[in-house]
Amino acid sequence: MIEIKNVSLRLGDTQILEDVSLTMPKGGVTALVGPNGAGKSSLLSLIARLQPLQSGSISVDGLPVDTTPSRQLARTLAILRQDPAVASRLKVRELVGFGRFPHQRGRIDANDMKLIEAALQQFGLMDLADRFLDNLSGGQRQRAMVAMAFCQGTDYMLLDEPLNNLDMLFARQLMRDLRAAADNDKRTVIVVLHDINHAAVYADRIVAMKSGCVVADGSPAEVLQPDMLARVFGYGMDVIDVGGAPLVLHHR
Amino acid sequence: MLEKRLLILAALAAVVAVAFMTIGLRGNIAFALELRAVRLVTLIQVGVAIAISTVVFQTVTANRVLTPQIMGLDALYLFGQMALVLALGSVGYVALDPRLKFAGEAGLMMVMALVLFLPMLRRRFDIGLLLLTGVVLGVLFRSLASLIARLIDPNEFAVVQGSSYADFNTVRPDLVVIGLVVTTIAAIILWRQRHLLDIVALGADSATGLGVSWTKALTGLLLLVAALVAVSTALVGPVTFFGLLVVALAERIVDSRRHHLLLPAAMLTAVIVLLGGQMVLQHLLGGAATLGVVIEFVGGLVFLAMLITTSKR
Repeated sequence: MIEIKNVSLRLGDTQILEDVSLTMPKGGVTALVGPNGAGKSSLLSLIARLQPLQSGSISVDGLPVDTTPSRQLARTLAILRQDPAVASRLKVRELVGFGRFPHQRGRIDANDMKLIEAALQQFGLMDLADRFLDNLSGGQRQRAMVAMAFCQGTDYMLLDEPLNNLDMLFARQLMRDLRAAADNDKRTVIVVLHDINHAAVYADRIVAMKSGCVVADGSPAEVLQPDMLARVFGYGMDVIDVGGAPLVLHHR
Repeated sequence: MLEKRLLILAALAAVVAVAFMTIGLRGNIAFALELRAVRLVTLIQVGVAIAISTVVFQTVTANRVLTPQIMGLDALYLFGQMALVLALGSVGYVALDPRLKFAGEAGLMMVMALVLFLPMLRRRFDIGLLLLTGVVLGVLFRSLASLIARLIDPNEFAVVQGSSYADFNTVRPDLVVIGLVVTTIAAIILWRQRHLLDIVALGADSATGLGVSWTKALTGLLLLVAALVAVSTALVGPVTFFGLLVVALAERIVDSRRHHLLLPAAMLTAVIVLLGGQMVLQHLLGGAATLGVVIEFVGGLVFLAMLITTSKR
């Protein structure tokens, strides 16, 4: 369970998050949605202790993120940031293998090898495994980063806009993989999404944020209502029902 | 395959070392051998210190065209030396135990490096700003050093002047042992942390996500870099581009940034270039040029070439 209590964040003169309290039970896929600058990424990086907490408290599985040793947290929680800088002259297989670092401190054994190969397979990276990252396209690199996060084998996975740069085929594939990770491996997935229709189909729960506050929290059918969407994103959009799932016509 | 390249490098380094010890031996053999042995050890440890400090500094800054020296770290060391002469006078300075002096200067440098670079590196700067800061800091410390040089009297100035230029010929037997100890310990620590270094190269966010305590790791690595720069600067003086040259070469040779390959490759390349260069200049060219100047010239060209090719991308 991830417990966020009264978290606020201020950078310079800007209030990024304002008194956010949120509980995310173990298991399932939670989608964070909202306009640019709503504080979704900041909230994610606070949960993953990439930024120091200014006020309030966050705990993951009972471990307070500000005081738990970083290595212990790395075995509980994996984070994929938006546009991570990638080191040069590194092969895809090596990068994916780094996901095992919190467990092995760099020694790779037979079990790790198996997990690495499985992750490469799962994200369609077998043909690219021995290519250098700086020779890949943005989408291929993104897939390698996601594979690394998967390979970390943690109960909680936080992904910040993982669909960036992915084509439709791989975007759909990734969402299905996240769904499967939640259903089959009992992992907890929290994902920042801009494509609200992916959230509608694959998430159990949608948390909508605006201007540093949580404005809606519930199942896709509860949150994806025209009036709610207009409040969050600032313009009206139609929602239709397709096979029991809401489809937001946000592009018209 | 890659290990084979390392073995070839190691064999080459061994050949160069043997040649360095034996070519053109004459006169009192025992005396000459002893003198050469001390020089061999000096050059090897300077090469190793510069190579691994550059690798680590580039990893920490996520930047392949930086060396600690470009960022003005050695200028900081020279400034410390000048300040000591000013405070103690040349007599007091010369009377000081050189090892004590080295320890003091290295310690001072480590503190300064942390104060100056840690806040900068915790939030990674883009290369332009980082380079600019380094150039400004380097100029600042060099200017401060020359200001002090004007304040002290000419005799005292002569004492420190010798240490302001790269010099691979003068041997400092008094500092060889302490330098050897520092370099060896640093090399062992870095080798043991080779996997951590791979992760640190991914950047603050990814490394933290993989369980690295970023500030702690950065502090430790920066301290090691400062100690290694202190060793090389104390032994041969400031060399700005040598590290860049050998690390760029080593990276080409092993074609990887993984530290279990890059660290040994950079060390061996540094040893080969230093010893080989020294021999060529001494025996083939009859000492017509100084190694320091040649290496800096070639390294400077490599630096420019790397700046041009990286900005093209």
